[in-house]
Amino acid sequence: MLNNLNIMNNEIKFSAEALAIVKQMISRYPDGKQKSALLPVLHLAQAEFDGWLSVPVMDYVASLLSIKPIEVYEVASFYSMYNLKPVGKCTLEVCRTSSCWLMGAEDIVRHIQNRLGIKDGQTSSDGMFTLKTVECLGSCGTAPMLQCGAKYHENLTLEKVDELLDKLATDNKRTTYLDIV
Amino acid sequence: MPTKLLLNNEHIPGINTLQVYRNNGGYASVEKALKQMTPEAIVEEVKISGLRGRGGAGFPTGMKWSFLAKPAGVPRYLVCNADESEPGTFKDRYLMEKIPHLLVEGMITSSYALGCNTAYIYIRGEYFYVSRILENAIAEAYAAGYLGSNILGTGYNLNLYVQVGGGAYICGEETALLESLEGKRGNPRIKPPFPAIAGLYGCPTVVNNVETIAAVVPIVNNGGEAYSKIGIGKSTGTKLISASGHINKPGVYEIELGIPVEEFIYSDSYCGGIRNGKQLKAVVAGGSSVPVLPTELILKTAAGQPRLMSYESLSEGGFQTGTMLGSGGFIVMDEDTSIVKNLYTFTRFYHHESCGQCSPCREGTGWMEKIMHKILDGHGTLKDVDLLWDIQSKIEGKTICPLGEAAAWPVAAAIRHFRHEFEAYVMQPSSIKDVKHYYRLNNIEPIPA
Ligand SMILES: Cc1cc2nc3c(=O)[nH]c(=O)nc-3n(C[C@H](O)[C@H](O)[C@H](O)COP(=O)(O)O)c2cc1C
Ligand code: FES
Repeated sequence: MLNNLNIMNNEIKFSAEALAIVKQMISRYPDGKQKSALLPVLHLAQAEFDGWLSVPVMDYVASLLSIKPIEVYEVASFYSMYNLKPVGKCTLEVCRTSSCWLMGAEDIVRHIQNRLGIKDGQTSSDGMFTLKTVECLGSCGTAPMLQCGAKYHENLTLEKVDELLDKLATDNKRTTYLDIV
Repeated sequence: MPTKLLLNNEHIPGINTLQVYRNNGGYASVEKALKQMTPEAIVEEVKISGLRGRGGAGFPTGMKWSFLAKPAGVPRYLVCNADESEPGTFKDRYLMEKIPHLLVEGMITSSYALGCNTAYIYIRGEYFYVSRILENAIAEAYAAGYLGSNILGTGYNLNLYVQVGGGAYICGEETALLESLEGKRGNPRIKPPFPAIAGLYGCPTVVNNVETIAAVVPIVNNGGEAYSKIGIGKSTGTKLISASGHINKPGVYEIELGIPVEEFIYSDSYCGGIRNGKQLKAVVAGGSSVPVLPTELILKTAAGQPRLMSYESLSEGGFQTGTMLGSGGFIVMDEDTSIVKNLYTFTRFYHHESCGQCSPCREGTGWMEKIMHKILDGHGTLKDVDLLWDIQSKIEGKTICPLGEAAAWPVAAAIRHFRHEFEAYVMQPSSIKDVKHYYRLNNIEPIPA
């Protein structure tokens, strides 16, 4: 019920630029196959609407692509990059698979946890950072690494992590996968 | 001078731009293919080259191409697999980031050979910034007349698009990739029909890895025969190897197939030896899915021959004493590495990535992760090790797609070659420095790391 009220009150709608991008995305596929644009449109929606996909946002995406809301929920819940709950402004995605583990990913995770006072999956009390441990991001030769928004931070040391967190806190901006880096 | 066919120009400044790329011979294969060759002639050259799929399975590319159905009036698609999520593998990212036009060129030449007018590059979502690099390259190619309609005045039309994924290893499996490209969950399809008959939108489709498609460029330029003379036996050409772990020089290396593993690990032209003067303990040679081998078996085959970086040599001895070239994700572990802990990261990975369609994989991967966790915490029993063996053997061969095998093989290999380590975790947890829970429960001081 609350969600429905939200739709009516602060209307969920893409900006004109974003709508133009959606249109261009749909044009990449044959007629009637506009559902193919779902994954990229969800990325766009997540970037536009505070870094996560609420039910009203997903319903809005469904209406844009003329598909059923369940088709959007199915997809959003399958892929690891879509957040179904609110997240901090900057999500720190730390890889912990083999090569990163060999090169000290555990120390990186522990350091972030201690510094921010949060566990894996949690958001710092100021709403700035969310910590998310992830599986191999294709940066194994420059391990350990973390991804924040579109950017890969590689060959990490504890000092580099501190510098990064300081910088992100000062910038105080939401990072998204769509950022130009 | 090592033979390089893909990364030979990687250090030229500006090679990511069309102009510099073209000044260094770029897009010659498009000119040659579209103006001088028939599509059939290109497929023939690819067959002669002996090129095998670089995504992991090593299937002969020319043969795959010749299976593509060509019903009249039905579109055909070429889809490039840039999902690259096999732990230890980062070569495709490197290639796309450094020399994006090589992939674009390969896509054009290959699409022409297959008679496709629309092609997609499906790239893992985490590589968003790389997708922008590709999109810029594609825009340049359109502007230069290499894409769009009536390419180079030949009457051939091609549109090329980049599609980003949403974060799911399973979407590297080709039918899951196609599902994902259709805007669905990445659930692999039951085969047959194979994509060559019914792929994207039910139309005939070829799915190839980034590196495979890039390799078509030198094959068309120099001929399949010249390519087939590089390498060794049925492992023709060059291969990009992603080297990571405890080595002095991690990175992506283009090797001529057939160089000795020992040379690859210790030569300064490649990995440069083990870090910090330590000894080698084990290698995962082809991405997380392939069997781990201890030093003695990775450097030499069971028959005592030097092990080579080739499909055949790495798999010599079967899984008893051999492994696979796989995706070329080469993970090196030094003498201090815990094989049990490393395996734990793999079991967690496969549990996280199982799509959940098939019970043996969905349940088995979770179960194996739990048992590994228990062993790591110091609560395992010898029966748990046997149980692990039993579970992995019951996943293999019983699932729709090979993720099941990919999850089972690393477990089997770790137990096969390092059973003593599992036994140490189980029987003497107090002697192992990362058995943390055990220390807490028993109120003892852990041995310093
Ligand atoms: C679980 C799983 C993951 C895979 N991941 C990839 C991948 O990331 N990239 C890739 O090219 N092939 C991957 N493959 C192999 C593809 O299914 C397919 O064989 C390959 O893309 C074919 O291209 P190729 O013949 O050029 O190698 C994967 C297979 C499985 C079963
Ligand atoms: S293991 Fe961390 S990026 Fe590959």
